[in-house]
Amino acid sequence: MPHLLSLVLFLPLAGLLAVLAIPTTQWRAIRLTANFFSLLTFLASLLIPAFFHIGVPGFQMVERASWIPTIGAQYLIGIDGISLLLVLLSTLISALAMWCSWNNASERGKLYYAMLLMLETGVLGVFLSLDLFLFYLFWDVVLIPMYFIIGIYGGPRRSYAAIKFFVYTLLGSVFMLLGFLALYFQYAKQFGVYTFDLTKLIQVTLDPAIEKWIFFALFLGFAVKVPMFPFHTWLPDAHVEAPTAGSVLLASLLLKMGTYGFIRFSLPLLPRASMEPWIVNLMVTLSLIAIIYGALVCLTQRDWKKLIAYSSVSHLGFCTLGIFALNQSGLSGSVIQQVNHGISTALLFLLVGFIYERRHSREISDFGGLAQVMPAFATVFAIAVFSSAGLPLLNGFIGDFTILSGAFAVNRIWAGVGVIGLILGAAYLLWLYQRTMMGPLKYEANRFLSDLSIRERLIVFPLVILAFAIGIYPRPLFEAVSSPVQEIVERLNSVRF
Amino acid sequence: MNLWLIPILPLIGFLINGVFGKRLAKPVIDAVAIGSVAASFAYTLWALWSLYPIDAAHHESYFTWFQSGTFQVGVDFFVDRLNAVMLLVVTGVGLLIHIYAIGYMAHEGGYYRFFCYLNLFMFFMLVLVLAQNFLLMFVGWEGVGLCSYLLVGFYFQEKFATDAGNKAFIVNRIGDFGFSLGMLLLVTVFGTLDFFKMSDAAKGHPIETQAGVLTLATLLLLLGATGKSAQVPLYVWLPDAMAGPTPVSALIHAATMVTAGVYMIARSSFLFAHTPITMRVVALIGLLTAVMAASIGITQNDIKKVFAYSTVSQLGYMFLGLGVGAYSASIFHVMTHAFFKALLFLGAGSVIHALSGEQDLRHMGGLRKKLPITCWTLLAASIAISGIPPFSGFFSKDAILAAAFHHGQYGPYLYLIGVLTACVTAFYVFRAFFMAFFGEYRGHAHPHESPLVMTLPLIILAVFSVAGGFISVPKWLAPMFPLAGGDDLNLEIISAVAGALGIAAAYFFYVLRPSAAETFKNKAGAVYTLVNNKYYVDEIYNIAIVKPLLYLSRVVLWHGVDEDGIDRNLVDGAGRRARDLGGALRYLQSGSIRNYATWVLTGCLLVILIIGLAGGVR
Repeated sequence: MPHLLSLVLFLPLAGLLAVLAIPTTQWRAIRLTANFFSLLTFLASLLIPAFFHIGVPGFQMVERASWIPTIGAQYLIGIDGISLLLVLLSTLISALAMWCSWNNASERGKLYYAMLLMLETGVLGVFLSLDLFLFYLFWDVVLIPMYFIIGIYGGPRRSYAAIKFFVYTLLGSVFMLLGFLALYFQYAKQFGVYTFDLTKLIQVTLDPAIEKWIFFALFLGFAVKVPMFPFHTWLPDAHVEAPTAGSVLLASLLLKMGTYGFIRFSLPLLPRASMEPWIVNLMVTLSLIAIIYGALVCLTQRDWKKLIAYSSVSHLGFCTLGIFALNQSGLSGSVIQQVNHGISTALLFLLVGFIYERRHSREISDFGGLAQVMPAFATVFAIAVFSSAGLPLLNGFIGDFTILSGAFAVNRIWAGVGVIGLILGAAYLLWLYQRTMMGPLKYEANRFLSDLSIRERLIVFPLVILAFAIGIYPRPLFEAVSSPVQEIVERLNSVRF
Repeated sequence: MNLWLIPILPLIGFLINGVFGKRLAKPVIDAVAIGSVAASFAYTLWALWSLYPIDAAHHESYFTWFQSGTFQVGVDFFVDRLNAVMLLVVTGVGLLIHIYAIGYMAHEGGYYRFFCYLNLFMFFMLVLVLAQNFLLMFVGWEGVGLCSYLLVGFYFQEKFATDAGNKAFIVNRIGDFGFSLGMLLLVTVFGTLDFFKMSDAAKGHPIETQAGVLTLATLLLLLGATGKSAQVPLYVWLPDAMAGPTPVSALIHAATMVTAGVYMIARSSFLFAHTPITMRVVALIGLLTAVMAASIGITQNDIKKVFAYSTVSQLGYMFLGLGVGAYSASIFHVMTHAFFKALLFLGAGSVIHALSGEQDLRHMGGLRKKLPITCWTLLAASIAISGIPPFSGFFSKDAILAAAFHHGQYGPYLYLIGVLTACVTAFYVFRAFFMAFFGEYRGHAHPHESPLVMTLPLIILAVFSVAGGFISVPKWLAPMFPLAGGDDLNLEIISAVAGALGIAAAYFFYVLRPSAAETFKNKAGAVYTLVNNKYYVDEIYNIAIVKPLLYLSRVVLWHGVDEDGIDRNLVDGAGRRARDLGGALRYLQSGSIRNYATWVLTGCLLVILIIGLAGGVR
C-alpha cells in the first residue's frame, strides 16, 4: 500500500483542517470530528505492521519527495522496528487522550482539539522522519500545540509552566539544530552535496573533536526532552498544570522523542563520541542519578500528579541507561521500556485525571479509602501501579530486566544502582496506593464519588490489555526491535578502536 | 503430561471469581475456589503417579518467553523428585486451607476477593515450584509476593494491615535486589538461566575456596532467599504479616511461600555446592535466625505472633540444614513444618474464630473443654514442633541437627545451639498452648467449637503432623542429595529430651505455678524489655534507614536541589537576569500566552536563519 505512512502522518492534520472549518459554536461536531480522525489514524496505523517485514534491515516503506531543493531538504519518511513500535504507541495514546477529554469539551474546545491533532502529526513526524531538517520541523511543531494546551487549558500556574516548558525545550532544540547543521556542512565539505538525508549523513567521517561537539549539541536537545537530570525541572510543573490529555501525551509520547533521538541520531551518526568512555560514563551517571533521584523525590510528594510526573524521571533514567549500555540487551530493553512506560504512565495519568474531574483535588492527603467507593478504579489503578513497579507478567518487568542485563554486562555497579531504583519504585508506588485507595474513607466528600464510567472503562481497557499482553508474551516486540538494534550495535562495533 | 494444568487450574478459579465473583452466591464461589485447587491437587497426584518413580526429570517446554541476542528465556516446566515434594505440599496443604477458609471467612466482607487472591497465590506458587529457569521462578517469586501483599492488607481499611502489606512487599523487594543481581550475574557467567543447562555447565567449575564469581552469585541469591524466607536481616516483615486473615498466615506465611527461599537454595544446590563460603553464611544466618526468633517468641502474647516467630525460627533450622549441606533434611522439614505449622495457625484461627477475634493469650485460658477438637489437634502440632518422637517434627529436625553435628570441627557447637533452641521452642509453643487451653477462662466471649468445615482440615493435618515423619523424604531425595549425617541414637535422645524439658518447663510455669512466670519476668527486667521489644530491630531500621531517606528526599533533593538549586537559581534566575538586561523583553510580560508564543517563535526562526546564513557563508 503506497503512501500508507504519509496517510497516517497527515490524517490528524486533515482532522485539524476539518475542525478548523467547523464553527466554534458547533463544539459537539468539533469533538466528534477530532475523535473520529484520531481513531481513523489509529486504525490506519494498524495497517502498517501488515506491510512491514520484520527482520529486514534498514528502513521500509520509504517515501521520498523533493521539498526544499535549494538547501537539500527532502520529504523523506520511513520506518523500522523501533519507530514502528513508537508510531503504534503514538496513534493509540493520541486516540485515547483525545477521547478522555470528551466531557470537558465546550465552546473553548476548537483550539484544544486542533492542538491535539497538530500534536499527533508532530509526534508521528518525529518518529517517521529520515531527513534531519524534516525531523527538526516536526520536533518544533510538537512544541507549539503543547505550549497552548498547557498555557490555555492548564491549571492555576499554567502560564509559568507553559513558558518553562517552551523555553527549556526550545533552547534544547536550537542546540540540536546547530548539531544537525554542523553535520550537514561537514557532509557537504566531504561529498560536495548538501543533504539532510539520515542514510547519507551516516557516511560522513568526523574529526573526533567535532564529533564530540556535535554529540553534546544533540545531547542538549534530546536530554531536555527525555528529560535527563539536571534538565528535568520543567517536567513536574508542565505535568501538574497540563490538562489530563496533555499530561498523557507529554509523558507517553513527547518524552520518548528524546530517547528516540539518541537511538536514531546520536548513536548511528556519532558512534565514536557515543562510545567515548568519559561520555558514556557521564551519560550513565546522569541516568543513574535520574533513576534514584526521581524515585526519592517521589517518596516525598504530596501531589498525586506530581508524584507520577517525577516517576517518569526515574523510569526514563532506565531508558537512557539502556541506551548507553550500547549493547543489544540494553538498547532493545530501552525501546521496549519506552513503549511500556508509555502504557503505564498513560494509565496512571488518565486515572489521576478521572479523579480530578470528580473531586478537583490532587492532594494525596485528600483521599484514602477510595477502594471502597470505587472498586473498579482501584483495580485498574493497582494494575497500573504494579505495571509501573515492574511486576512480572505485567509489561514493566521485562523491559527493566533486559535493560539491567544490558547494563550489568558492561558494569555491575550500574545494574546494582538500577535495581535500588526498582526497590524505591515499589516503595513510592505502594505508598501512594495505600494513601489514596486503602484505609478508612477519610472524607465525606469522597463518599459519593462514582466509579469508572463506561467511557472511562473503554479508555483504560486497551492499555490494561496491552500491559498484560506485553508482560506475558513480549516476543513480538523483541523481534521488531531486534534487527534495527543489531544494526546500531554493529555500527558501533565497526568503529570500536 | 500437561504440567501447565497444575498452575492454570487455580488461575481459572481466580479469573472466574475475579470477574463474576461479585454476582455469585457463596456456594458457587466456594465451588470454584475449592474445586480449582482440588482439581490441581488431583492432577498433581495423577501426574506424579504416572511419572513415578521420577528417576529422571520430566521436562516440558511451551514457548519462548523472550529472546534478546543469544540469551533466551523459555516458559518451561519440569518435575523431578525435589519439586514433586513441593508440589504435593503446596496443593495438598493448600487445598485443606482453602476448605478451612470457607468456615473461617464465612462472616467476613470481601468473601470472593479473598478466594480470588488465594487462588492467584496458588497459581504463582505452583509456577515458582514448576519453573525450569530462574527468571520464570522469579515470576512466581514476585507473584506470591504480590498475593502476600494483597492478602496481608486484606482488611484494607485498617492502617496496620496495609502498613504490614507494604512492609512485606518492600522488604521482599530488598531481597529481590539480590535475586535480580544474582540472576544477571549468572547470565553473564553461563549465558542461560535454565537450571539444567547451568547445572551441566557448573560441573566444570572448580570449588571456590576463595570468594569468586559463583560465591558472589550465591550470596546474592541468598539475599533473595532471606527476604522471602524471613531470615536475618530481612525477617522483620513476617511477624507484621500476621495482620492478614489466619488462613493466609497458615498457607502463605507458614506452609508454602516462606519456604520458597529454602526450595530455591536446594534447587540451586549445583551452585551452592561450589561455594563453601556461602554455605557457611547460610548456616550462620539460619542458626542466628533460629535463636533470635525463638527468644522473641517467649515474650509474645499474641497467639499468632508466637507462631509467627516460631515460623521464622523453624525456617532458620531449614537454612541451617541447607548450610551444612543437608538439603534433603531441610526439604523434609519444609514438609513436616507445613503440616504442623499450618495446623498451629489453623488451630489458632479456630480459637480466634471462637473468641470473636480475640488474639491475646492473656484473655484466653481453659478452652480445652470448649474447643476439644481444636485443643487435641493443636496438642498434636505442638508436640510435633517440639520434636518429641515419633511425631513428625522430631524426624526432620533431628535430621538437620544430626547433619549439623557431623559438619566439620564446629559441628557440635551448631548442634548444641540448635538443641537449646529446640528446648526454647518447645517451651514457648507449649506456653501458648497452656495459656490458651488450661487454667480458667479469662475473657468475655462465648467460646464455641468451630464447624466441621474447619475442624476436618485440622484433623487431617493432625494425622500428618503425628505420622508425617514416616514419609522418609531424605530417602526419596537420596538420588539427588546423598544422605548426610546418618542415624545417631545418642543425638536423637538428647534432642528429644531437650524438647521434653521445654514442655515440662512450660507446664511448670504456666499450669502449676502461673505466678512464677511473672516473678521471673520481673527479675529479668531489662533483658525482658529488650526481647519483648523484639530487640528494637524495627526501630533501628526506621532510624537508620527510613527516616534519613525521607529527609534526604524531601529536604535535600526536592526542596534543596530541584526547587532552590536548579529552578530558583538557574532557570528562573536566568530568566530574571535576561529580563533585567533586555528592556525589549518586557513585552514578554504582557501576560498573553499568544504573545509569548509569537515572540518565542520569532526568536526561534531568527536563530535558524542566522545559523543557516552563517553556516552557508563559511
